[in-house]
Amino acid sequence: MSLEASPLNVEEVREDFPVLQREVQDESLVYLDNAATSLTPEPVVDAVTSYYREMNANVHRGMHSMSQEASEEYERAHDVVAEFIGADGREEIAFTSNTTEGVNTVAFGWGLENVEEGDNIVLTQMEHHSSLVPWQQVAQRTGAELRFIGVDDGVVTERAVDEAIDEDTAAVSVVHVSNVFGTVTPVEYVAEKAHDVGARVLVDGAQSAPNVPVDLDDIGCDFFVFSGHKALGPTGTGVLYGRRELLEEMQPYEFGGEMISRVEYESADWADLPWKFEAGTPNVAGGIGLARALEYLDDLGLENVHEHECRLTRYALERLEDDPEVEVYGPPSGHGDRCGVISFNVADAHSHDTSDLLNSEGVATRSGHHCAQPLMDLMGVPSTSRASFYLYNTREEADRFVEALDVVKEVFA
Amino acid sequence: MSRDMYRQRILDHYRNPQNYGELEDADVYYMDDNPSCGDEIEMYAVVEDEEVVDVKFDGKGCAISMASASLLTDKVVGMSLDEVREMETEDVQEMLGIDLSPARVKCAVLGLKVLEGGIVEYEAEGA
Repeated sequence: MSLEASPLNVEEVREDFPVLQREVQDESLVYLDNAATSLTPEPVVDAVTSYYREMNANVHRGMHSMSQEASEEYERAHDVVAEFIGADGREEIAFTSNTTEGVNTVAFGWGLENVEEGDNIVLTQMEHHSSLVPWQQVAQRTGAELRFIGVDDGVVTERAVDEAIDEDTAAVSVVHVSNVFGTVTPVEYVAEKAHDVGARVLVDGAQSAPNVPVDLDDIGCDFFVFSGHKALGPTGTGVLYGRRELLEEMQPYEFGGEMISRVEYESADWADLPWKFEAGTPNVAGGIGLARALEYLDDLGLENVHEHECRLTRYALERLEDDPEVEVYGPPSGHGDRCGVISFNVADAHSHDTSDLLNSEGVATRSGHHCAQPLMDLMGVPSTSRASFYLYNTREEADRFVEALDVVKEVFA
Repeated sequence: MSRDMYRQRILDHYRNPQNYGELEDADVYYMDDNPSCGDEIEMYAVVEDEEVVDVKFDGKGCAISMASASLLTDKVVGMSLDEVREMETEDVQEMLGIDLSPARVKCAVLGLKVLEGGIVEYEAEGA
């Protein structure tokens, strides 16, 4: 068993998350649905609240003080995000409403303009629907071919990358950390191979940005997208990073107010970066809250958050792997690159029944296809249950989870 | 507590569903799924004089959706098409004899939804 102490002071962290004190079904809550959405710490709630309490104004072009304060805070939030992922300034950071909107902006703003018939678009077999379906649309509308990098038990090998990318590859869009297996795609290698053939690379960071240190200089991708609500931020927030020169030549995906510099009856010019990608009044409070969330994570240190999750996951996996009635998907606990996600099935119980029974013990997990239906088909299962850990989870909670599985086994024995 | 849902009767129907399989020469056929979980049910029925005389179902899903479909196939034989189409969520709940949490109602009514879909299509074709 992995019994090392956590690099985080988890008890202190937990005090920032009052929702952890609530009960579910007369049991104290064990929240293990973090890959779907994370809980929100008090400093983030406070940041959102103080916007509404102290500077509730629309941003940009306001001549009054409150609007100027709100604009400053909202724009500064872009700097915080840029710093967090290692981008070259706010010009490269557009706020979106979620990861899906980020992928759509790239697929339709860049993809439709640059992908042609005869080209191919390369994805992995374990994309989330949000990074699969938009590229299906680009392929259908341009006549390009969709190709998939083979995934073996959640693992993408360099060889599989080599087999998929060729001279005709125009776009590569890969998930960074799998929301089903917690495995890590070798994105640095993918970016290198893609750039060798002149293709552009989008990395879906929905499960990586909240959990592992991300440095875009190391990854070398052209676009990077993630959601705020999985990274302790408010719902309805997300980030699109793009290389400055690409964003400059790229068409916006949404048009209207706020994203223009000059409008005539017949035509318009676009605002400077990043605002040309933020049409309409933005989610000001959300953006401010997102920045506070990333500062919170940064204070704790992403390497510590990652290490804490890895230890908890290894600990839980070791307990589950001894159990013949539990089928765990993905690489074994000894595998190096595995983040805080465990997909599993118990005995002959359907995943919905498993999660429902776990809920009766106070343990919140997710069940279903995890927005990866083709992957479930490939795995030969209709669905799985999924437990996902985050910075506030404890070893005692991992124990509660493993022991609650006894109820499932009992009912479905 | 949701554990109460998993009564022996429900688990028996999950493990050994009644009227499970395909029905050749069915008048009514329909398939649908529950997109949130991927549960999938196919329903086959033979109709004589606007009455269900034989019915079978096929598919994969959770204990609640499978048990509900199994119990439904027992219940609807001998019922008129109108009677089947008038069945509501409450009827399914009564048939199962358990309290359903809101999240599980969709599982429980999937079989009925599929059978009703098939009847609507059958009636439209006959019209």
